[in-house]
Amino acid sequence: MLIIKREYLTRVKKKSFIIMTFLGPLLMAGLMLVPIWLAIKDKDIQRIEVIDETGTFINQFEDTSELQFKHEFRSIQDAKAKLFDEVYTSILHIQGEPNAPEVTMYYKKQPGFSTVNNIENTIEDVIRNIEFQQKFNITKEQIAAIDPNISVKPISINSEGKEESKNIAISTALGFGGAILIYFFIFMFGVQVMRGVIEEKTSRIVEIIISSVKPFQLMMGKIIGIALVGLTQFLLWAVLTGIIYTIIMSAFSLNDVQVEPSQAQQLMQSANPNLAMENPFQDVIDGFKTLPLVQIFVSFIFYFIAGYLLYGALLAAVGSAVDSEADTQQFMLPITIPLIFSFVVAQTVMENPDGTMAFWLSMVPLTSPVIMMVRIPFGGVETWELLLSMTILVLGFLGATWVAGRIYRTGILMYGKKVSYKELWKWLFYKG
Amino acid sequence: MDLLHVKRVYKNYADHVALHNVSLHVKQQSIFGLLGPNGAGKTTLIRIINQITGPDKGEIMFEKEKLAPKHIAQIGYLPEERGLYKKMKVGEQALYLAQLKGMNKGEATYKLKQWFEKFEIDSWWNKKIEELSKGMAQKVQFITTVLHEPKLLILDEPFSGFDPINTNLIKKEILELRDNGATIIFSTHNMESVEEICDDIALINKSKKILEGKVTEIKEAYKSNVFEIVFMGNMIAFSNALWTAFELLDTKNVNGRMHVKVRANKPSDMNQLIKTIVNDVQIISVNEITPSMNDIFIQKVQEVMPETLEEIEEEGRYE
Repeated sequence: MLIIKREYLTRVKKKSFIIMTFLGPLLMAGLMLVPIWLAIKDKDIQRIEVIDETGTFINQFEDTSELQFKHEFRSIQDAKAKLFDEVYTSILHIQGEPNAPEVTMYYKKQPGFSTVNNIENTIEDVIRNIEFQQKFNITKEQIAAIDPNISVKPISINSEGKEESKNIAISTALGFGGAILIYFFIFMFGVQVMRGVIEEKTSRIVEIIISSVKPFQLMMGKIIGIALVGLTQFLLWAVLTGIIYTIIMSAFSLNDVQVEPSQAQQLMQSANPNLAMENPFQDVIDGFKTLPLVQIFVSFIFYFIAGYLLYGALLAAVGSAVDSEADTQQFMLPITIPLIFSFVVAQTVMENPDGTMAFWLSMVPLTSPVIMMVRIPFGGVETWELLLSMTILVLGFLGATWVAGRIYRTGILMYGKKVSYKELWKWLFYKG
Repeated sequence: MDLLHVKRVYKNYADHVALHNVSLHVKQQSIFGLLGPNGAGKTTLIRIINQITGPDKGEIMFEKEKLAPKHIAQIGYLPEERGLYKKMKVGEQALYLAQLKGMNKGEATYKLKQWFEKFEIDSWWNKKIEELSKGMAQKVQFITTVLHEPKLLILDEPFSGFDPINTNLIKKEILELRDNGATIIFSTHNMESVEEICDDIALINKSKKILEGKVTEIKEAYKSNVFEIVFMGNMIAFSNALWTAFELLDTKNVNGRMHVKVRANKPSDMNQLIKTIVNDVQIISVNEITPSMNDIFIQKVQEVMPETLEEIEEEGRYE
């Protein structure tokens, strides 16, 4: 208990902890808000001068929020010469056959990929419209009128015939978010455990402490103490991020959304045309309602803690086996690989949340914390799978602690010796 | 009465034998010197007594009971490799270590304050260890070792890192602790340093105990019966006086004074020597040349396991 307290207090009192605690939410809020702010702020409109030698495209280009077209009737040389004196950002030069024109763009500021793409699409649309008009006598308006707008609503049916609709996008976001959090938590605080052990070992205080308490108690005290630090930080982050986010969002909604509703509308439309007809927020809220939120929350906390404990114990063992942080690499690698691997395959698992790979990876204790979190929001995880995975994780954690305890006990008093895996294996079977 | 009785302890590590059939008796309220060259097994034995590691065979009795985790609070240990949390404040750290030994916070704070005053270091309370010099940190560490008033105090190379003034301070403290009832095990490879404060010693070499006993008795047993006499007078008269009982070893004339070394052929005391020569020469001084603990150690190793002597000398005893 005392050890837990010390580990906790010394870390919480550290300047870096306090700074990170307050900076973290600012960074996170920043990450969320900067794109929004940029989107609103970014009025970088491309003014494109169109010089159309085919004569087909006159007045066919429609202005969008980012692109403004203006037809000029002058020679391309003239336009190029005057480009730097005028407001245009680029010249679009169209020549050749009307149905297969040769298009060149002269610019003073590199247009983004999306701008070029946008222009290409516009020209293609215009040609298509003209072709329709000429060959089939169908007008632009007629085509627009039959433009279908469909969004598929996925509904799952379980064995009892209960139907549930799910919002895939939200599941993905939630699953990925949870996985990222667990991944970072394990990494950040697992490595702190390792550092703590190395610090005790190099400062040689460890011999005094284990003449008072059992090495195992010291190790567990350290792991739990740091876990509490992590949870504290995490909670503070969640609360502070929430506060900052609400403050800024309310400020935004007062200033921007009300003053310029049309622009906000426009933004949403351009961002997600499919949702334009409905209220996108309502959709998100509906999506949340269909998710097994309680299940997600409970299993998040569980995997969060159990996953950390598993990796924490292993990293503590690594810390005890080496003399300095520089030597940790060879032992760190096999431990971190499953973690990084699970993070990398999370993407694939998301594509097929109930596939074989997803199933096995969510059973293996080293990968299950991340993978299970990805799978759960999709809802396909059966209760027995979840329980089995949790049981295996707990067993894995107990096993890892046992192994780590044995390595720790021997390793912590070994100095000046490069340790090999073979030796670690021998340590496992030393008598107390 | 024995405070600690080590009974036939064996300990093997994967590739070497650390302790082979080692038995010790540590008397209550005494200072026990555990001597031996580096790598002899001292630290292993100390770790076993501290229950950091267990013996493969044999047992240890603490006040007639088998050594058990409950005894930890009655043992204070100052390891050879010192260390404290560098980033922690002196006071907090000492309190933490005291609490780990089972003291409550109030008691620990009170006693710490007393010790800090005694060592005149009260101003360090809120300093971090990394701000202190090595010697200063050692003092703090010594205090944390003795703070919980252990019945048994184990000090592994306690004087390394101390300057002569602090060495004397610590020596004084150790003797005072003994007089107040503590038993002290004192481990070192520097054999000279402990002769003056140890009551009993044990010599360990190559994982085996080769000698154990009272310092005075051991010295008595190993004394060489060699005396150095400084006198003024006739050398021939001198040699005539002692020719039957003593053997003349060495003669030097230093500024008209004769420095002579003689060995008694039978165990004899200084009085007898003085009696034999007092009528013939003017005695300035008579000294018995007693063997140092180092000499005794080497002599004993030579008797018991001569094959290891060379190694010990190579490794250097005077580090």
